Parts: sequence; C-alpha cells; structure tokens
Amino acid sequence: MDFLRPASWEEALAAKAEHPTAVPIAGGTDVMVEINFDHRRPEYLLDLNRIGDLYEWEVGEESVRLGASVPYTKIMESLRAELPGLALASHTVASPQIRNRGGVGGNLGTASPAGDAHPALLAAGAEVEVESAARGTRLIPIDEFYTGVKRNALRPDELIRAVHVKKADGPQQYSKVGTRNAMVIAVCAFGLALHPETRTVRTGIGSAAPTPVRAKAAEEFLNAALEEGGFWDNGKIITPSVAKQFAGLCSAACNPIDDVRGTASYRRHAVGVMARRTLTWTWESYRGNHRTTEGAA
Amino acid sequence: MPANGAPTKITQGSQTKGGIGESTLRPDGTLKVTGEFAYSSDMWHEDMLWGQILRSTVAHAEIVSIDTSEALATAGVYAVLTYDDLPTEVKNYGLEIQDTPVLAHGKVRHHGEPVALVAADHPETARRAAAKIKVEYRELPVVTDEKSALAPDAVLVHENRDDHHCGHVPHPNIVHRQPIIRGDVEEARRRADVIVEGEYTFGMQDQAFLGPESGLAVPEEDGGVHLYVATQWLHSDLRQIAPVLGLPEEKVRMTLAGVGGAFGGREDLSMQIHACLLALRTGKPVKIVYNRFESFFGHVHRHPAKLYYEHGATKDGKLTHLKCRIVLDGGAYASASPAVVGNASSLSVGPYMVDDVDIEAIALYTNNPPCGAMRGFGAVQACFAYEAQMDKLAKKLGMDPVEFRQLNAMEQGTVMPTGQPVDSPAPVAELLRRVKAMPLPPERQWESSEGADVRQLPGGLSNTTHGEGVVRGVGYAVGIKNVGFSEGFDDYSTAKVRMEVVGGEPVATVHTAMAEVGQGGVTVHAQIARTELGVTQVTIHPADTQVGSAGSTSASRQTYVTGGAVKNACELVREKVLEIGRRKFGTYHPAWATAELLLEGGKVVTDAGEVLGDLVDVLEDEVVEVEEEWRHRPTEAFDLRTGQGNGHVQYSFATHRAVVEVDTELGLVKVIELACAQDVGKALNPLSVIGQIQGGTTQGLGVAVMEEIIVDPKTAKVRNPSFTDYLIPTILDTPTIPVDVLELADEHAPYGLRGIGEAPTLSSTPAVLAAIRNATGLELNRTPVRPEHLTGTA
Repeated sequence: MDFLRPASWEEALAAKAEHPTAVPIAGGTDVMVEINFDHRRPEYLLDLNRIGDLYEWEVGEESVRLGASVPYTKIMESLRAELPGLALASHTVASPQIRNRGGVGGNLGTASPAGDAHPALLAAGAEVEVESAARGTRLIPIDEFYTGVKRNALRPDELIRAVHVKKADGPQQYSKVGTRNAMVIAVCAFGLALHPETRTVRTGIGSAAPTPVRAKAAEEFLNAALEEGGFWDNGKIITPSVAKQFAGLCSAACNPIDDVRGTASYRRHAVGVMARRTLTWTWESYRGNHRTTEGAA
Repeated sequence: MPANGAPTKITQGSQTKGGIGESTLRPDGTLKVTGEFAYSSDMWHEDMLWGQILRSTVAHAEIVSIDTSEALATAGVYAVLTYDDLPTEVKNYGLEIQDTPVLAHGKVRHHGEPVALVAADHPETARRAAAKIKVEYRELPVVTDEKSALAPDAVLVHENRDDHHCGHVPHPNIVHRQPIIRGDVEEARRRADVIVEGEYTFGMQDQAFLGPESGLAVPEEDGGVHLYVATQWLHSDLRQIAPVLGLPEEKVRMTLAGVGGAFGGREDLSMQIHACLLALRTGKPVKIVYNRFESFFGHVHRHPAKLYYEHGATKDGKLTHLKCRIVLDGGAYASASPAVVGNASSLSVGPYMVDDVDIEAIALYTNNPPCGAMRGFGAVQACFAYEAQMDKLAKKLGMDPVEFRQLNAMEQGTVMPTGQPVDSPAPVAELLRRVKAMPLPPERQWESSEGADVRQLPGGLSNTTHGEGVVRGVGYAVGIKNVGFSEGFDDYSTAKVRMEVVGGEPVATVHTAMAEVGQGGVTVHAQIARTELGVTQVTIHPADTQVGSAGSTSASRQTYVTGGAVKNACELVREKVLEIGRRKFGTYHPAWATAELLLEGGKVVTDAGEVLGDLVDVLEDEVVEVEEEWRHRPTEAFDLRTGQGNGHVQYSFATHRAVVEVDTELGLVKVIELACAQDVGKALNPLSVIGQIQGGTTQGLGVAVMEEIIVDPKTAKVRNPSFTDYLIPTILDTPTIPVDVLELADEHAPYGLRGIGEAPTLSSTPAVLAAIRNATGLELNRTPVRPEHLTGTA
C-alpha cells in the first residue's frame, strides 16, 4: 500500500487523477476501521491532512461552505446557529476523540446509510462541492448524491472539497436511535428542518434504507396540511392527526433490513416516533416555545 | 461507609500504616489511567517473530485438505504449523476435560476454531501468509440448541467420548448433568395456593476485557521455553501447555505479563501453546497479539441459557417448592461447563428457604462458540430466572416484592437444597432492607433551566426524547454466589514470604503466582504483610511459576485463598522472627518468654504495648523465608443422582435496587441508579471493595440492556465480533451506584472476609429487568432486553 501525501489541493487532485483507486483519508475514522478489520486493502491511501483549506468554513449569505475535513467538534461549537440540525447530528457521532478527527467529507465519501450527517444534510438542503483535475469543480445536489449502499455520485478522479449547507431559516431537529446512550452506530436516524421562507418542510432518514433518503410523500403531505390550515401564519399547534399521518408516511418511506443492530419492523416504527417528536419540537420552536424544544447537553 | 456487625478476626492488632482495612491505592492505577502500564501486548524482544492463527470460517465441517505451500513460500515466513506438526501424542487440552484440539484435526466444531499457525518477521506478513493457506471444508449439519443437540439422530459434536462425565449423561451431546432432589415436591405442590411458571432466556455475554489475548514465548538454551502471558492462573496453563510441547513442567517457565482484564475469559488457554510451538520450532521469540475481532473467537463466553422455573407459595407468602430445569449451551468444547452446571443447579433456588426441590441443570455440546467461565459462573443465569419468579409470585399474592423476598430469605443455619447448612452470616433480609431504605433519586432529573438535559434521558446524546413517552420503574433483586472452587476441588494457594533488613529497614517480600487481573490482589497482599509483620516496606514479587500455585483469579477467591496463604506465611515468618528475637534477647527481658508478642511499626512489642526491640536489631543480616500452601475448608462432590453434598466453601450476597427511565415508545432505557447493599465480611481495602461492587454492577447492567454475542441459528456463525456491534456500557450508560457495605465476619475465613467480586454481577441484571417490567408492565423473559422487545417489533 502506498501512502500519498499531497501538500496542496492541486497536488491532491493530480494524485487522484493519476491513481483513481486511491482512497482519500482525512480523520481516518472510517477508513482505518476498514483497514484494521482487513475489509479493505486500497492500493493507495491519499492523505488529505496537509491541506489546510479543508479545515476551513465560510458563512455566506445563503449557505455555509463547510470544508470536507472540518471536524464534528467544530460544527458543534461554531455552527450551532447556522446549522442546528447538523450540529445536533455531530453531537451523536461516536466519542469526543472521533468527533475531533472525523468530518462530513468522510461521511459523504463513505456514503454509508448509517452516516450520522446524512439526514441532517438532506433535511437542511445541501450541495456537495467536488473537483477533478480534468473537469474542475461541480456541485452535486445532496438529493442526487447517494446512489446505492456505500456508493455516491463521485467519479473516480474526483475529490470532495466542501459541502454547501443552506443556513437554517427555521428550527431543525435531529434524532438517532442506538442501543446505548452514547458512542453508538445508528439503528436509524431522522432529521427534520422547517423552512419558513419557502413554507416547506424537509426530512432525512438514516439507516433505514439502502441509502439515506428523504420522506418525500410525508413532506408533501405536511406541506399541504400546513398550507391548508394556515399554520405558518396562525402558528397553531399541529393537530395529533396530522402529526400521526406525517409519522406514518415517514415510516413508509423506509426500506429497512433486519440486521444485528435492529429489525426492519423496529426501524420503521422508530422512524415514525422520531418523525412525530421532531415535528413537535421544531413546530413548538417555530411557535416561539424555545425552552422546551432544544435538547441541552 | 456504614459498617456494623461482629468484629472481624485479626490475628494481631497492627497499628502499622497501610495495613488491612485501609484504602491504600493500587500501584497500577495511575499507570493504567495514563496509558503507561505495560500490558502483555506491549512486550518486545529483539529478533522476535509474530505468530498468527488461521481460524475456521465455518462452524462444523470436515477438513478435506490443508495446503500450506503458498504460505510457506512467502518471504519473511519462518514456520507454518498444522495438526500434523504437533510434537507429541498429546494434542488436546482443556480445563477439566481435554477435548480441545491445539489445532483442528480432520474436523472443526465451531466458527473460529484454530486450524494452522504462521510465524513471520512482521505481523502483516504473518497475516497475509495465513490467508494464503488453503483449507477445503466439507460442511456438516450444525447443532445449535437443545432440540438439535438431543434429537435421537442428532449429529454428535464429539464422537467417542471417554471423559468422566460421559457415563452419567443421558445423551452424548450433554457435557454434564446435575440434578438436585430434596424433600417431596409433589406433596409440597399440593400445599401451594399459587403456582407461578416461567421460561427464561439468557443471552450470550462476553467478558469484553479490553486487553486482547497476547503473550511472548522465548526459547531457552536448555530446550525449554519461557512464556510471558496475560492469564488468570499460571499453573493451570502450565499443566496444559507442557504435555503438548513434550516438555517437563520445569522446562516451561511462565511469568505473568500485564493483564488487561479477565472476568473468566482467561481461564482457558488462548495463544499460549501456539506461541510456544512456534518459538520452539523457529528457535526465536514469538509474540502473538489478537486483534479485537480475533479476541471474540479467542476466548469462551458466558453460557447462554434457557431456564424453566415453577415455584409455589402459600397465600401467606411462604415458598412451598421449586421445580426447575436449566439448559446451558456449552458450545463446541467443555471448558468450565461441568463446574458451571454444578453452580447453576446448586444455586438455582437463590438465597431463599425452599425445602422441597426438583432441580436439573445440564450443559450441551453444540457447534456454537465454546462457553465457560465468566464472572458469576452459572449463578448469574439462575438469578435472572428466580428473581423474575419472585416478582411474579409477589404480584400474584398481592405482596410487596421486597417483603415477599424477606419473608423467604435464607439466614445463617438455613439448609441449602444440597443439604449443606449455611454456617456463616447470611443477611439477605437485612441487605434488602438496607437497599430499600436508601433515598430514591429525584424524579424528572432531565428538567433543567435550559431545556431537557438529554444526558439524563433514555437515548442520551442521540436526542430521541425530551421526556415524551418516558416512564420510571423501580426493581429489586438479590443473589447468592459461592466463593472459591467447589465440589471437592483441592483449592489451595501458595505464598512465599521473606523478611530481611534492606538499607537499615525491615522489608517483607511477598511472592505468589496470583494473577493480578485488575482485582487489586497485589495491594491487598502488601496490606496483609504490613498488618502481620509490622513493616512499612513490602515488595510484591512478580507472579511466576518459580513459586507454587496460587490457584485461579476466579470465583471471588483470591483475597480469601491467596490472601489467606499470604497471611499464613506471614504468621509463620513472624514466629520465626520472634524465635530469633527470643534467642538473641530473651535473657534481657522476661516478656520475651511470657507475653503475647506482636510486630508493629518495625518493632517487637508486647500485647500491652511495651517495646522489646527493633526488628532491625532482631534480624540483623538474617533472612527469614517461608513458602507454604494454604487451604480453606474442604468441600465435597455433589451426589450425581440427588445433588446432595457440602459442595461450597462460602456464600456471598448482594442486593440491588434499580431505578430506570424507559422511553416506552422507542424502547430505550436509561438506568438512573443501581443502588447496592452487600455483605463483605471484612473490607480489607474499602476502596477496592467499592470498585469491585461498582464494576460487577455495571457488567450486570450490560447484559440487562445491551451485551449479547449474536450467533446465527442456521450457520452457528458469530454475527457481531466487534465493539461496533457488541456494545458494552459507556460512562453515560453507567448510573450512580451508591453502595452500602455490611461487614459481618465469617469466622471460617481469614479476617472474616467474604469473596466479593461476583455477587454484584448476579443481582444487578434482574434488578434492571424488574425495573423495566415495573415501568412498562411487560413480562420480559429474556435478557438482554432490546428496543424491539419493548415495542413489539422483534
């Protein structure tokens, strides 16, 4: 196994072009596990740790450009206001040590359905900035990014440089079920974002389908119900029947499997419960009831 | 820490600092916390090779062929060994039954069984080379449960058994069977006003020690080998290793290397023989370190069990009878299964008075992973079942579950179902009273001024609830565990104690073969020596086989038995020192001849406190040394038909009260508090006692809510051999554990002490389950409880 250590982004792109099978490594919190377990034996490892750019973020008008290697700890500490859903998701990632190393770029590169960041990105709305030496930069909408189990829309010569996440224009929430109270891989996860500017709701489901998915039918149902009832303007409490139907549609958006972490039936059930609760929390927050809705830790 | 009860037996009233009863600090504590402790996996030797084991990828198969040629041809590879390379006629080993092949011969019986060995100059080379060994398997049907094991036409896991249990078991796929029959169950059954039945399932727990199996074998010039290894019992390893190597035991020297936890998982051999074989073959030091994945295959697990219980009680709440059947899955090799069966049956009643019993415990041979020793050893599974039964009975009788237990609690003088009277304090009712009297943690602790503190809620940082669906539950449990090896086993320990003057100070050196696995034995040995010899300076010699056996660091026995041996050797040393004193100074003061003499603060003093002389002057340049074996009271085997016999040395009791918050919609559990009350006889080191109780409590919590090795019932293959999917409690899962320690002396034991390490592991699991039942109203007959069981989505 060869270890490539580019000193700059341009060198990294050149190395990736020359060795398309090279596996990029930043925090190493995914890649090293695979290597240690001998699940994977890449010919080349492409070390991105010397590229300082990837650890930077910029808060723009519309969105945050988050460097691929910005560690979860930074997201939790510095971007809670702009990216509340992703900050909550970051909080659930593994242990403090891993949150200090791992970043969203790795989650996207691995594209595991269990990646903690995905539901938050789907719910907030995001674009993945990728680049190749040959064709330059392109932005991949998050909805088109996940193409299969641990597969994404990257081409072999491309690297992930950043992800552009829409700044929150309303409350966001994130929940994850695991079978212990910290440091656990998701049995399933759910992200929800209210977008009052467009009067829409977006969702993201993790670990309950071959890829991270949005519950589109649930979103459409809820968008219509909120519009119809004038909820965005009158700020009324969402009726239990609406919440229940939304939850049921979120469950129905799952296409889970039975595995050692949980049954398919449980995953469907739990996604429904999380959908109902996160809807309540975000909506209460939207109505101005902040105290009861923010999880503190 | 509240403590009352009878005074404990101290043979000399030492005022010496750092003696027994003090919370002296462990010498390894800071090193372990700061990452500086040298574990067995940290060892290094110039020129050493790395050993690698090739393991079976299937659970049950004939080995058609093994082709090692490609592995042997790999650059950097020094040796590749298979069964055919074993040097002598002895090719099996085992704790009690020698049924475990050093390397598979013609057949593999479980997933992960060792098939071949490689030694290479780099661990990666060894691993690559092992992967190049071609093994052709012809798969056989798998035996995975009682049904498939005991069918008339069942596949036999071991053909041609000739062990000492094969004659009395009803089926060759049963390792051992122990019935206990006492009284007249049918008659007693007629007296019962209520009868409660239950069928319980206990999942396969792993010891999950953090330091993987590892060691270093160094060939010696005399043709022998020196093995540095993390183990629980050096001499038991030695007895099994030497015959396979074809060496006399003197030529196999063993030294304990740094042990990163054990919990029973190091009682069986792992890499010991393999490293020695490779070292002797190559003439070079060989190191083997398992990675985490391999570790899950490299040691036995706790027996999963099915338990069928029937209890009766009169309407005023007295137990009438117990009928029970305990089926333990021993997996492919016997390991400690026979002794686990003995424990499960003899302790299946729990700490209760029941005169009429009909009990049967068996362990099966299957193609599942081998199971053996783990903290609690057979008593854990039984406690899970009988405590569930106690709650069911109390409920059916409309009684308070604690009062119901107290009404039936055993006490000193109670006769066990084995016919053995309990002849030391058994404060079961008192422990229950104490644990119930502790203040309950406040309700709704998650409510803070800024919002819900998710760390206090089920789901924790995963932010699944801010209080929705959360219901509190409280549950109680109590357990009984035997201390020491039982059933007639010659359970002795050896200690060598030396006293001399070094640098103008009296110094004691304690040398035993006791495996320090984290229990704090080295601390306690130094405390005993200070107390008995009146010295401040105590050197603990590294544990090795240059001294006699200390028995296993198991069965809550080391402080009792090796501690007893150290105490005994110190007393003999003390007598010799006093003899020297009498010889030298006896004529100067009559008290040398007439008074009871003590060693205190480096001096010889009378029991009235008069100083007769300094130890430095008594000893001068003389060295006093004693090596002596020490035994606790003998025990008897259980009768094979009736289970009668004085089988146990001592009993240990702990009670728990669990307080849980359950998210009833998501099926997630947060254990808020696990209060414990335990009788320890005498706390030699109170801080270590608390540590043991809190650790045991947490290990019991683990198997209540998360820890389980999942074996595919169709293939008998392990599905979660990693810490990603075999979950153990984190600090956020570990509740507050207030501990109330009772000290009622057992007059048969050194200082009146009671073995303590295992009892808390028994009762914490059923207490958590009882609390979850209390919160949810669900029956919950299996552990661990998964979210699926609480939400009807299994």
